[in-house]
Amino acid sequence: MSTQTETNDTFPKLLRYNARVRAERPAMREKDLGIWQSWSWAEVYEEVSDYAAGLYALGLRAGDKIAIIGDNRPRLYWTLTAAQVIGAVPVPTYADSVAEEIQFVLDHAEAKFAMAEDQEQVDKLIDQKDHLPGLEVILFDDSRGLRDYNQSFLWNYEAVLEKGREFRTQNPEFIERCIDGRTGSDVCIMLYTSGTTGQPKGVVHTHDSVLITARNAAELEGLNERDEVLAYLPMAWVGDNIFSFGQSYAAGFCVSCPESSDTVLNDLWELGPTYYFAPPRIFENLLTTVMIRMEDAGKLKQRMFHYFMDHAKKVGVDILDGRSVGLMDRIKYGLGELLVYGPLKNALGLSRVRLGYTAGEAIGPEIFEFYRSIGINLKQLYGSTEAAVFITIQPNGGIKPDTVGVPAPDVEIKLSDRGEVLFTGPGVFKEYYKNPESTADTKTDDNWVMTGDAGFFDDEGQLKIIDRAKDVGQLNDGTLFAPKYIENKLKFFPNIKEVVAFGHERDYCAAFINIDLEAVGNWAERNGIAYASYQELASLPQVYEQIQAHVEETNRQLSTEERVAGSQIKRFLLLHKMLDADDGELTRTSKVRRRYIAEKYDVLIEALYSDKKNCRIETEVTYEDGRKGKLAADLEIRDAKTVAIGAGAAAQAAE
Amino acid sequence: MSEMMADNENGRIGGELLSVDNITLRFGGVKALTDISFNINKGEIRSIIGPNGAGKSSMLNVINGFYKPQEGTIRFKGKNVNMKPDLAAKSGIARTFQNIALFKGMSTLDNIMTGRMLKMKAGFLSQAIYWGRAQKEELENRAFVEEIIDFLEIQSIRKTPVGRLPYGLQKRVELARALAMEPELLLLDEPMAGMNLEEKEDMSRYIIDVNEYFGTTIALIEHDMGVVMDLSDRVVVLDYGCKLADGSPDEVSSNQAVIDAYLGVAH
Repeated sequence: MSTQTETNDTFPKLLRYNARVRAERPAMREKDLGIWQSWSWAEVYEEVSDYAAGLYALGLRAGDKIAIIGDNRPRLYWTLTAAQVIGAVPVPTYADSVAEEIQFVLDHAEAKFAMAEDQEQVDKLIDQKDHLPGLEVILFDDSRGLRDYNQSFLWNYEAVLEKGREFRTQNPEFIERCIDGRTGSDVCIMLYTSGTTGQPKGVVHTHDSVLITARNAAELEGLNERDEVLAYLPMAWVGDNIFSFGQSYAAGFCVSCPESSDTVLNDLWELGPTYYFAPPRIFENLLTTVMIRMEDAGKLKQRMFHYFMDHAKKVGVDILDGRSVGLMDRIKYGLGELLVYGPLKNALGLSRVRLGYTAGEAIGPEIFEFYRSIGINLKQLYGSTEAAVFITIQPNGGIKPDTVGVPAPDVEIKLSDRGEVLFTGPGVFKEYYKNPESTADTKTDDNWVMTGDAGFFDDEGQLKIIDRAKDVGQLNDGTLFAPKYIENKLKFFPNIKEVVAFGHERDYCAAFINIDLEAVGNWAERNGIAYASYQELASLPQVYEQIQAHVEETNRQLSTEERVAGSQIKRFLLLHKMLDADDGELTRTSKVRRRYIAEKYDVLIEALYSDKKNCRIETEVTYEDGRKGKLAADLEIRDAKTVAIGAGAAAQAAE
Repeated sequence: MSEMMADNENGRIGGELLSVDNITLRFGGVKALTDISFNINKGEIRSIIGPNGAGKSSMLNVINGFYKPQEGTIRFKGKNVNMKPDLAAKSGIARTFQNIALFKGMSTLDNIMTGRMLKMKAGFLSQAIYWGRAQKEELENRAFVEEIIDFLEIQSIRKTPVGRLPYGLQKRVELARALAMEPELLLLDEPMAGMNLEEKEDMSRYIIDVNEYFGTTIALIEHDMGVVMDLSDRVVVLDYGCKLADGSPDEVSSNQAVIDAYLGVAH
């Protein structure tokens, strides 16, 4: 392996290597016209070579940027490598961004080329082209709807390949020379962070940082060329770049692209991946769907399900981690596997999963244990764009739901005086593009990166993250206030989708809550309660009662933990609309943009910190097509019971 | 898909494909259509509009031979024809219905496959055991159906029973089934009835795409005036079974008789 590391220090070199040693093994699949089409490593190498030559012939040079906009498609992944062959830098962007967001990224990155998936993305680019003087060429993959577009800067993918083949017949040595001329210290990719605060920043990574990190983790987890991955998360997100690109090249496994974004669940089921990544949200949604469907199942099935799930809860995790479990329990678990766990995993498309990761947000302990108890080796990791993902990974056999594990191979971690997590290792990013101030703020001269997260190590040396360091504040009486910690506790209730907690420099803690439309809607349907919209459902007194019970339960949990007992939720309200990325309230990766929300809804916050029972609000909403509308509502504000500090244990006993 | 796309770069609209001449249709004493004449040219989108009960659906039913007019003739591709539904289907006229007429218990895929029935020549027995010619035909036809599924973006409901789909999607499946016949003339009976704005926009897009890429001639009945005026090349207006106007969307919408019929006028 070590010689391979030295010789194959860039992704194009690695592709060439794979095309030699595992030429006939599948490298990529895509479901097209109802059938899975596959490309072997040798075919991918040939196609990428033509593509790279075509890009060069069209004028793309070393150091130029090429933006990539679209869903997960093989040709978009090949754009990454083809650009890297000639030393150009790929810049994947989020496919669901509106035109202005794309314009910002392309303008900042000075993109000269752009590869768009289809007409929808091409339209966005053409719409913004006047503001992007540097953008010279737009390529597209799917020509549907583009027949009447006759702009000279538009190029069909096939035409580029054709140009590349011509170029290669005239310059047969070109590709080899390009590939050999690059080294691991060259820039590999630029990934724009989703921008929880302010404008997105372009994180620049070298081949070394992405490749070594991807390879380290693949070796740690024993990934090999027989593994299967479904690429369905945004290409602009660092995780997808590592799981569906970097590790595929490093370990030689095949990556499959779904037919469309609507068919992901079905494609997952058909494919049966062995290595699977999903943010906690997806695991939550899957579990909610399962539970809702179980409610509709027959009595016998329901009893069987609950009987065996209770058993799995008791011994499933121990069996997965290889701890000793009694023979009778093992037999019963085996029977459960046959009758319940096996069919359930199959229905979810997870029966072959050897390794599952989740990250990005905290996952509810019950959800996490649910998947582990039915035999899915789900693990949490902690990572960031600046680290090329891996900072910590939960170790096999030592998994605790509330920690993110131990440092990944070659990564070192230390904590600052303020409790902020710092790391260093092979995956540390090179810089923020054209932003030396931010680079200097985040990365020290000796290569330590400040994550901005507050955390601490537990007794076993596993890292526990509590919140963003800058979000951790204090109530007026000096009590520690970690909003995310409180929010996550509430979000673990299936009825609650999103929470924003307030309390820094205030007298007490208060919260905005979004209910989960699917879960609460289903409850309403089963109980014959009519509602016409999210707004109406969220204003029903019965719904308020349920959420109030959840808030009070959370307060009870908080009261038992010394560090956060003081920050129980005194008042809350249910928002009249879902927080939405289109309205700028969430990032594209669905993280809450706290400051923006605080400004936008300042009227509501003031009401939370008064003794008002109601508050009127008018909000502007943006629809997916960019049109705007107004939404007005009169929101009820409720008081929640809190538990006196120190009385928590007593209250628990009393129940 | 490229081989299926008709070359319509220049001169999308060709010569006459179908003409109805002096059609009169009576149900007992009730005159549903009185002396109607108009034609449909190759490659155009032709709309038939009118208030409720104007005779629009009757007109469509006459064209595909479901109703037999007492007077008048229909010429299709230059020949006088005595139109019947099965003959219409064989000669390249496909249609969708105002009230969806799909097989509710069958999957989307199977429903669309029924649109290919006329293209399959294998005997019942070899089809039943999926052997020889039947297998080859099935594969060819399935490949074509997959092109349509891709075209109308209904991959995610390929295996879903149609009865479980929302209304807007059922309409799309019905269009898919009609397209599976590779029709020369496609009759759409209120393709957008009961849809919300977004579904209407999607459907309009598909109708234009079908017309552009497959070169299919489309005759369309629709209530939504905005949609009709945007999509159509020519519009014919009916009222109480008589032809009020015929011409481009602009001409028709400025015609005083049409305005009166739609807005009502003191008699």
